[in-house]
Amino acid sequence: MDLRLPSKVLEHILSFVDSNEDRNSVSLVCKSWFETERRTRKRVIVRNCYAVTPEAVARRFPEMRSLTLKGKPHFADYNLVPDGWGGYAWPWIEAMAEKCPSLEELRLKRMVVTDECLEKIAASFKDFKVLVLTSCEGFSTDGLAAIAVACSNLRELELRECIVEDLGGDWLSYFPETLTSLVSLDFSCLDSEVKLSDLERLVSRSPNLKSLKLNRAVSLDALGSLLRLAPQLVELGTGSFSDKLDQEAVSKLSQAFSEMKELKSLSGLWDVLPEYIPLLYSVCPGLTSLNLSYATVQMPDLLELLTRCSNLQKLWVMDLIEDKGLEVVASSCKELRELRVFPSGAEGLNDTNVAMTEQGLVSVSEGCPNLESVLYFCVQFTNAAMVTIARNRPNLKCFRLCVMEPFAPDHKTQKPLDEGFKAIVERCKDLQRLSVSGLLTDKAFEYIGTHGKKLRMLSIAFAGDSDLMLHHLLSGCESLNKLEIRDCPFGDTALVANAAKLETMRSLWMSSCCVSFGACKLLSQKMPKLNVEVIDEHPLETRPDSSPVERIYIYRTLAGPRLDMPEFVWTIQKNPEIGVSHLAIK
Amino acid sequence: MLSEEELQSNVSVASSSPTSNCISKGGGLKVHNYFGLSDSSSVESSTLSRNVEDDKATISLKATELTLGLPGSQSPARETELDEKPFFPLLPTKDEIFSSSHKNIGPGNKRGFSDTMYTEKNWMFPEVNKEVTQNIPKGQLGTLNNSSSPPAAKAQIVGWPPVRSYRKNTLATTCKNSDEVDGKPGSAALFVKVSMDGAPYLRKVDLRSYTNYGELSSALEKMFTTFTLGQCGSNGAAGKDMLSETKLKDLLNGKDYVLTYEDKDGDWMLVGDVPWEMFIDVCKKLKIMKGPDAIGLAAAPRAMEKSKMRA
Repeated sequence: MDLRLPSKVLEHILSFVDSNEDRNSVSLVCKSWFETERRTRKRVIVRNCYAVTPEAVARRFPEMRSLTLKGKPHFADYNLVPDGWGGYAWPWIEAMAEKCPSLEELRLKRMVVTDECLEKIAASFKDFKVLVLTSCEGFSTDGLAAIAVACSNLRELELRECIVEDLGGDWLSYFPETLTSLVSLDFSCLDSEVKLSDLERLVSRSPNLKSLKLNRAVSLDALGSLLRLAPQLVELGTGSFSDKLDQEAVSKLSQAFSEMKELKSLSGLWDVLPEYIPLLYSVCPGLTSLNLSYATVQMPDLLELLTRCSNLQKLWVMDLIEDKGLEVVASSCKELRELRVFPSGAEGLNDTNVAMTEQGLVSVSEGCPNLESVLYFCVQFTNAAMVTIARNRPNLKCFRLCVMEPFAPDHKTQKPLDEGFKAIVERCKDLQRLSVSGLLTDKAFEYIGTHGKKLRMLSIAFAGDSDLMLHHLLSGCESLNKLEIRDCPFGDTALVANAAKLETMRSLWMSSCCVSFGACKLLSQKMPKLNVEVIDEHPLETRPDSSPVERIYIYRTLAGPRLDMPEFVWTIQKNPEIGVSHLAIK
Repeated sequence: MLSEEELQSNVSVASSSPTSNCISKGGGLKVHNYFGLSDSSSVESSTLSRNVEDDKATISLKATELTLGLPGSQSPARETELDEKPFFPLLPTKDEIFSSSHKNIGPGNKRGFSDTMYTEKNWMFPEVNKEVTQNIPKGQLGTLNNSSSPPAAKAQIVGWPPVRSYRKNTLATTCKNSDEVDGKPGSAALFVKVSMDGAPYLRKVDLRSYTNYGELSSALEKMFTTFTLGQCGSNGAAGKDMLSETKLKDLLNGKDYVLTYEDKDGDWMLVGDVPWEMFIDVCKKLKIMKGPDAIGLAAAPRAMEKSKMRA
């Protein structure tokens, strides 16, 4: 009797399996399961665009409807990856246009997207619905116009913190009158003013519009009329919140806000004037997400707002909130799950006389039982505080602490912050993401290696003493997927000794460490399934093996060496004649 | 050459490995010097690493313990290691960030620092200086606070604190908009887009972060590696503000790319024809064009006329 599950039945079962992680497991069972799974997968996620070729992906998943791609390494956000490194969307769009013309959704992060790309999308995918670009660059508002004019079933167009060449606001006017399917529109990162009447018409013919994030150029007055046209919004990003309105306009705006019964997420609030904060009071109780990270709201006004947000789950705020403000959050926002505190000084180096310390985070860890994700910029911290936080919140999943001064010790005891991070990794057994800062010795990394068994992503800067540091991490952290390190004093040894580990990870970034060119070559030779990229903007004329490299980016790949490397990226495939046999000792 | 076994074995590696400036010994924690990367002589560093290593052999365990005061404070056991410090740029101690004194390269600074680290005024050594400035042209920093406000010797590290450049850009604009306190409207950042023929991406530069064509030129050179401005930069000074037609042709024939800008009237002009101050006033956009394309531009009667008018 044939015990094999008929593929039709398996297909039906798989239609309930959404998680790609589960689907990946399914595809490993046997060949027929692999085949059935791949033919039914609709949503494909490639977290490193160079790990696999577009053609291979298109071949494997012919029914793909949604593609998510990530390009540059995370540290590109902080200007550590030189321009021109790569991450081009074009080859993917070209390949999908040819092989998967039914593609409906494209989500790109940290990629270079040109107007040509956008035009190609508009021309090739007849049923295109969703375009989400996060931290992308390379395109202009002309490209947006191409999307607007051609994608007649567009549902989502979101530009999140992209660098766009802004040629004006008329791109918005290209949305045809027949387009009524819009659900989400985010153009908050653009500078130019769009034509208000076109925006109003677009909003009023979009009954399904749930998320609208305006750019700064949209005035407060304009906001009022937009809200009246779309009281059903669930997510709102305001424009500038600072025009001078007369009394009538203010009360109309207040009325508009109070009509918004579905509103859960609020952001924007550029230049918000204190006198307008009360306008928001009516929506506060319903908010689950509040992003004040661009709002220069000062303390008393902040408190008025926050004490009313009893259902808040996600709060992004600037350090203008100070420790006192976080105490209030701890007592008012009991549902808080995610907290991010950003530095308000443009350089982040304390130009604004605000001193965020460990106190604020300790209060929140005490008061908010569901807190699981933290990003915290501050000027000082202590081991004792971290121990307390760990004790209070063993449920932490993401802990990113940035003490802004490199090498800052525990400000009370002057000791390294080793013990504090030890408490965090020991207690928080589900910790998946960790960023460390402050003065740290190799011991800290021994602790992380010993306890951080679920840790997937780790970011390190200005820490450690020696190769031991890296060795502890690579040999101890079983789940390690992404490791990014800058300015740490280890060399070749730990890296080469733990080379095999690198194939189990998505990527490793190291910049301004002491890794030598020779080690890079050795690693490249030993590990053919890795791309070992040496990124040196100022290479020496002849590169002796003992010379340190500026940056290394190592990632596992099935695609082999990439073909779009700029001249400042070296891989062994580029210069195969340079063997490892002659380590020049000058 | 490191043999396979050496590499496979635990962290205790032959310490005089020439491939690494940072050495580790097996067993317990040893404090190591972190040598900056910017020194170009690997001989020096190899030699030094061996010296340091000898020193280390005699350092007691207690001395290697991290009994640091605030960075910069004295810790007696480290005195002997001071010698190699002068060759490498140092980490920013609390003192160093805010002062321009160099005396304090004391034992508290256990790490040298990579060439991504520099203090604006404290150029210690000529070689370091060169490496560091190359690495971080002002336009690249992506930090955009009002140039009127930063303290003179403030240390700046590329990409630190780790705040997204998008965020920094946006906050800087906030500062600009609410800039009544300073009373200096001219000191805000002035961003123009820079595009280059054939490049798939655009960049933005803050024209106010440069003081002459030379600086702009080198910054752009970093951004677009095949770009060359040639002699336009040197003509930026007042008094030499007109490029003659023949000079232009020489320039264009000699180089692959030239820098052009779009002025307030929407005309494309060659960069370098007006004094710097005037240039940043009228420049709306920059474009790096291929030489041959730009020849027509330079010779265009309207452009020449404008240059004459502006001079």
